Amino acid sequence: MSAMTIDLSMLAFSPPGWGSNLLRGLGHTIEIATGAYAFGLVLGLGGAMGKLSGGPILKVALEVYTTLGRAIPELILILILYYAGPTLLNQLVTAYGYPPLDVNGLAAGIFVLGVVQGAYATEVLRGAIQSIPTGQIEAAKAYGMSGWQRFARIIFPAMIPNAIPGMANLWLNVTKDSALLAVVGFSELMLETRQAAGSTKAYFMFYMAAALLYLALSQVSIFIFNWIERRQRRGQQALA
Amino acid sequence: MTDQPLGTAARANPMADGTWASMKLFGYATVAVLIAIGLASWLGDWGWLNRDFVNSQGLKPDYLGQFIAGLGRTLTLLIVSVVVGYAFAIPIGLVQVTGPWPLKWLAKAFCTFIRGTPLLVQLWLLYYGLGSLFPQIPWIRFSPLWPYLRDGFNYALLAFILSFAGYEGEIMRGGFLAVPKGELEAARAIGMSSWTVLRRIWLPRALLVVLPTLSGEVVSQLKSTPLAATVTVFDIYGIGREVQQEMFHTYEPLLLIAAIYGTLTAIIASAFKMVENLVPMKRG
Amino acid sequence: MHKLWKLGFAAAVALTTAAGAAFADDMVVKFGVAAEPYPPFTVKGADGKWSGWEVDLRDAVCKEIKAKCEWVETAWDGIIPALVAKKFDVIWSSMSITEERGKTIAFTDKYYKTGLAVLAAKNSSFKPDPDGLKGKILGVQVSTTGLDYATKYFKGVVKEMKTYQTQDEVNQDLAAGRIDAQVVDSIPGRDFANSDAGKACCVYIGDVKDDVAVLGPGTGAGLRKEDNDLREKINAAIKKIRASGEYDTITKKYFNFDLYGG
Repeated sequence: MSAMTIDLSMLAFSPPGWGSNLLRGLGHTIEIATGAYAFGLVLGLGGAMGKLSGGPILKVALEVYTTLGRAIPELILILILYYAGPTLLNQLVTAYGYPPLDVNGLAAGIFVLGVVQGAYATEVLRGAIQSIPTGQIEAAKAYGMSGWQRFARIIFPAMIPNAIPGMANLWLNVTKDSALLAVVGFSELMLETRQAAGSTKAYFMFYMAAALLYLALSQVSIFIFNWIERRQRRGQQALA
Repeated sequence: MTDQPLGTAARANPMADGTWASMKLFGYATVAVLIAIGLASWLGDWGWLNRDFVNSQGLKPDYLGQFIAGLGRTLTLLIVSVVVGYAFAIPIGLVQVTGPWPLKWLAKAFCTFIRGTPLLVQLWLLYYGLGSLFPQIPWIRFSPLWPYLRDGFNYALLAFILSFAGYEGEIMRGGFLAVPKGELEAARAIGMSSWTVLRRIWLPRALLVVLPTLSGEVVSQLKSTPLAATVTVFDIYGIGREVQQEMFHTYEPLLLIAAIYGTLTAIIASAFKMVENLVPMKRG
Repeated sequence: MHKLWKLGFAAAVALTTAAGAAFADDMVVKFGVAAEPYPPFTVKGADGKWSGWEVDLRDAVCKEIKAKCEWVETAWDGIIPALVAKKFDVIWSSMSITEERGKTIAFTDKYYKTGLAVLAAKNSSFKPDPDGLKGKILGVQVSTTGLDYATKYFKGVVKEMKTYQTQDEVNQDLAAGRIDAQVVDSIPGRDFANSDAGKACCVYIGDVKDDVAVLGPGTGAGLRKEDNDLREKINAAIKKIRASGEYDTITKKYFNFDLYGG
């Protein structure tokens, strides 16, 4: 049984075909990616605002976070967070007298990837906010809007169109980084593929199938983001 | 921020000088902090780094020496993949702007595939998929090439070269397009051949356009190198994993590796900063 | 509009996390298994279910201790840190009982014993000892007693020693000719050598000389040191299963020899 066999029946949806396993893995990949993306954006938004208008200690802490998060390889960060994260969380929780939390796999994966994403998201969103003409923010201040009002009415809506290319990039990165979770044994597309390939020895076919699934995911995502950007930029002047 | 005179636009470029300078500073600072924390904390059992450390089986593993060898492998992977990858990226980018449509389509398909799939998939596809094919072909199996086709390092190197070529090819495409048409037309008007225009005007100007992003791209490539450990390459991370397994320490090797990568990143960023300062960049 | 989306996302994440973080329940026991095929002990089928001798034994143990058992997949080379980090409660993945591991975790009594064997490319004929392996490229899975043994006896004489995350990768590289020989537990080694892929590429050279100090007395389940209760329960279950003959019933399904060893 050569490793180069292209036996498409092995991709079938019902056993003994491994197709449903791969699709289930893809589903997990999308689940983890979506959760991590959302979590990362929340961290990024907080981080961006903190870096722009926070106190000096917050700024330094955020600087360390974004520098470390972007300088250290994602794989290493994932490993450190995967083992250290839940342990530290539980130590925190038990220190307050609660029974230890039983963090399930999905939540752990989202947490780990989300923290990594947050470092990049902070920089992307900060850049987007900084490209808002200061005049608009000052006008808002002149009107007496409070910080929250400024954020909700001026900064946030104006930031979105500038941030979309960066956010699209972040999404593509998180879907690709999710493959690294296979190294720690998370059941997403990469791991399912490795198990299927390992059991059937049809390595080339299964890894190619996985590659095509990721490709489909990224192309669909790019299409959606292009659509979003076109809608957002309606009525705006064309970029120079 | 509130003291700026009305009418001054906010700095639009988030990657302006300030970010890299502080990145370098915090790179060193955080590396020092990491080492300090690791050493001082109760997790800190660093005895195994000593060159004369003898393990429970009575052997001297010399992890420090192994880490240095691993560093060498990481740097080899990084430098070779960047240089060779870039050499491929230039024609890949160029042909998407000028070339005959079959080549253009091929280049576009290549870049789309590389950028649309995780590096891990590409690496495993090469190592397990293609790599399992070779021994089945007798004239490959017994050829003088075989020692090279056996070694995971070469597959990792190939995967990294292709990956860098794919990403940089797209960037070079943008670079070639960004060169002002006026300069190219002027060059042709004074009688330069296409090849000369490319050599003297188009390529250098395109490279100048992409230079600011190069630093980030090389750092990205550095951060991809740990994946080589999944195909039996003993780079920095591979050695770290070995220490983890043999010494049963989960965190110390990881922290050491993180510190090493952080330092390398800071060095690369500073080096590029110096190069950028040497090159005159006309603003506007 | 966008604020709603963002709030919606955040809420979804919060809900998922809350749903995932339940309080620990000691009637649900999570068993950690290496996320790779390790026939004939643990194999994952196309339907996503695990099967194999070790899976059957675990199901029998679960019935005895009257708990709801779940499988948690994890990478083999991180399985002990994952246990310590409470990602699961028991390592049930053909882990040999060794003193070194015993410093970090606690073991139950053994539930099978296997020797260590050498497999090599087809048409090899050498002895499974340091002389036979001189100058060859040797492959072995990380974090195994096989690696410890190979490091002690073979590292000096082999041309190169390659380590892999999963046993499956070692088999694959041996089949691909990227390594000349591999060191593996004899039972899965024999299973691979007798499989179609194994017959085509490789040959079972033989068992190495035993070294109980390195290889340990047998395979057991790993638990956190503080989980004495659970460990006692599993020990009792194993004893009962052996005494009642169920162990032999399960074994007969896969093997024609006794796994337990002396």
